[in-house]
Amino acid sequence: MASSSIPAGAHGASGDPTRRDFLMVATGAMAAIGVAATAWPFINNLNPAADTLALSSIELNIAPIKVGQAITVKWRGKPVFIRHRTEKEIKEAEAVKMSELPDPQTDNARVTDTAKKVRPEWLIIVGVCTHLGCVPLGQNPGDPKGEYDGWFCPCHGSQYDSSGRIRKGPAPKNLAVPDYLFTTDTIVKIG
Amino acid sequence: MASSHGAPPVFNNRVIAWIDHRLPIFSYLEKEYHTFPTPRNFNYFWNFGAIATVMLVLMIATGIVLATNYTPHVTMAFDSVERIMRDVPQGWLMRYLHMTGASFFFIAVYIHIFRGLYYGSYKAPRELLWILGVIILLLMMATAFMGYVLPWGQMSFWGATVITSLFSAIPVVGDSITTWLWGGFAIDNPTLNRFYALHYLLPFVIVAVVALHVVALHVHGSNNPLGIDVKGPQDTVPFHPYYTMKDGFGVILFLIVYCCFVFFAPDYLGDAANYIPANPLVTPTHIVPEWYFLPFYAILRAIPDKLGGVLAMFGSIGVLFVLPWLDTSRVRSCSFRPIYKWFVGLLVIDLFVLGWCGANPPEGFFVPLSRVATIYYFFHFLVLLPVLGKIERPLPLPPSIADAVLKKKAG
Amino acid sequence: MRRFIASGAIALSALAIGAVAIAAETEVHPPHKHWHFQGPFGTYDRAAAQRGFQVYKEVCSACHSLSLLAYRNLMDLGLSENAVKAIAADVQIPDLSDDGQPADRPGRPSDRFKKPFANELAAAAANGGKAPPDLSVIIKAREDGPNYVHALLTGYVPFDKLTPAQIKETGVTKDDNYNTFFPGHRIAMPPPLADDKVTYVDGTKATLDQEASDVVEFLAWASEPHLEDRNRTGVRVILFLLAMAGLMYAVKRQVWADKP
Repeated sequence: MASSSIPAGAHGASGDPTRRDFLMVATGAMAAIGVAATAWPFINNLNPAADTLALSSIELNIAPIKVGQAITVKWRGKPVFIRHRTEKEIKEAEAVKMSELPDPQTDNARVTDTAKKVRPEWLIIVGVCTHLGCVPLGQNPGDPKGEYDGWFCPCHGSQYDSSGRIRKGPAPKNLAVPDYLFTTDTIVKIG
Repeated sequence: MASSHGAPPVFNNRVIAWIDHRLPIFSYLEKEYHTFPTPRNFNYFWNFGAIATVMLVLMIATGIVLATNYTPHVTMAFDSVERIMRDVPQGWLMRYLHMTGASFFFIAVYIHIFRGLYYGSYKAPRELLWILGVIILLLMMATAFMGYVLPWGQMSFWGATVITSLFSAIPVVGDSITTWLWGGFAIDNPTLNRFYALHYLLPFVIVAVVALHVVALHVHGSNNPLGIDVKGPQDTVPFHPYYTMKDGFGVILFLIVYCCFVFFAPDYLGDAANYIPANPLVTPTHIVPEWYFLPFYAILRAIPDKLGGVLAMFGSIGVLFVLPWLDTSRVRSCSFRPIYKWFVGLLVIDLFVLGWCGANPPEGFFVPLSRVATIYYFFHFLVLLPVLGKIERPLPLPPSIADAVLKKKAG
Repeated sequence: MRRFIASGAIALSALAIGAVAIAAETEVHPPHKHWHFQGPFGTYDRAAAQRGFQVYKEVCSACHSLSLLAYRNLMDLGLSENAVKAIAADVQIPDLSDDGQPADRPGRPSDRFKKPFANELAAAAANGGKAPPDLSVIIKAREDGPNYVHALLTGYVPFDKLTPAQIKETGVTKDDNYNTFFPGHRIAMPPPLADDKVTYVDGTKATLDQEASDVVEFLAWASEPHLEDRNRTGVRVILFLLAMAGLMYAVKRQVWADKP
């Protein structure tokens, strides 16, 4: 067989077959370690660079966003929706029964920051439809918001409620909530 | 064993047997890299083919990952290389492996060429093998030259300007050719872009020519330090494990030296001025090419005429193409050429002298020195080699490789 | 065969000598100093580099950019995240306001070091026609960089101390700056450092030599931020390869001992 590296009769005159086998195995193992260790930098090279990582979190002043208003900011190359929800929107979102949801999640869980602080007036979600990655409509005053007072995806008609949860259409999951932290009352750090 | 060479191998693994029956790659590997009968008397000079192959693979691998982060644009190239050095994970390692790797690839190939020169590996029936090797050298030079332009430092820019301007020496169409090479009226963004495209392409052309080089090698097999033909199985050993293990050892030794430079002196072989971003309005006071071009650069400057200098420089490589027919000696190896062997040594010294001249400004005693050295270079190939082959009396050759090896062991 | 190995070794060492000869031929040799980052086990002296940053910030940055560095990089020098945020926030970075008008905003750690001049032309216009060089890779961009930059910063000779021969040779006037180590000796940059030019926060006495050494330590780090990682990796790689070479040699000998 081609892969047998020692020719027949190799355990010949000069010596101890065990020593020789040990040498072969040790060298082979060392070579394998060397190749693996060499491969790592080549793979690691394609990971995000330090300058990219330095931009992986953004800080935002949310003071200018009035009640009922929504803004879109770019974060890690994707749109993030920040909505200052009205009392009505909050009530609607909290009233929904879990059994009605394809991806059950309480509204409360979706408005909690990484320090466990709950601020239901601020909804912060990644504006990428969980179906096939389109950006849903509903940010601008004139946009269609779907039947649930939230967002409507123009690509395949997925509809999200005022908590960004999927209610109708082909999307399987709720709009994702990024990690965020209110560093002060008016500054939020996303990422 | 050498004796089993020629018999079709039998594969016990059914998957391998199935594939091999349809696409005989395993038979090929078995035949060419396992049982392949190889002269038993190689010295360590015969490692440099394998070492050069390892360097080629390493250069392509590091080059591809560098390309994923490099930007070929005049305003961004320098910064993108520095971004690789600073921000990309282990980017500094890839960049230094590639940068130092170019030098060590040339070191390996130059030693490999010297080996061929000293032991007459270019002589019949290996003329095409040698010519393919010279083509590889030319492709390497083009690739290295264009790669050096990519970081867009001062030496990149002015090196590219000087070398592309060589073509303007061509009568009548010279200026049109340089404009065409540049894609503009000076080295600029179009030039950088095309050099990047070609720098990415040429290594794969090198791989293809290397493949032909190996195919040609395996027709008549390797030459050996005695320069005499293999007469029978007693003169050879199977390539594997004898030479795979010996090559492996040589490769590791070479990598140790290489890694010392990569990790502890990565900028030693480079020029400090290439860390200054390219400036088309200011030429550095002293421009020199990378060390591996210095002898040829010295030949270029040794001739006081522009066109003459360019022709001499290209001629210095061109003469290698006809080397197999310039050598009139009956024997291959310098081990049996008592006079010529000293001249080969002199040629090596001559190349170092040329390199020294190339590294220094063309003033003072470097001017006559580079002329003398240039004259010797061409004298060696065009006069000495044909004449000496006729008049030199070679030492008696041993009857066979096995005979010589056994005698050496006994003595 | 041994003869050929020897001749190969000679060829290689001749190559090395040739390269040394190339490197050796500069104008005036700067005196050799020992640096903390030299050699295969070299590291950066963090305290010196932090002092050097203070020198850069308070003196050099008035004219010289450091455009390849970002404020976040200072964390590698041992500064805390909050200290870096404060340093960045002290700087007004040109950006666009929400309505698209040019507006300055406080810097962030991810911002690159702010340049002292808006662009190359402005830098040249403000400095007698020649823009002061960027310092990001200055230590690597000069032959014998650390020693050269240190020598340059400490190598000024006042006009009244020059010998008549030096004046005649270089043609310097009272308004020029004479530097022993600058090629051609006449340098546009007036002496940037002097004793007590800065007051070090760590209480180190700020002599001219101390300031110059510290700023070289800082700029060396700026030029080659991964030097420590490189040295560490290098030592491991070489040790691994030496072990591998030993094993390969043993295997090769074993195999050849069985030669038919």
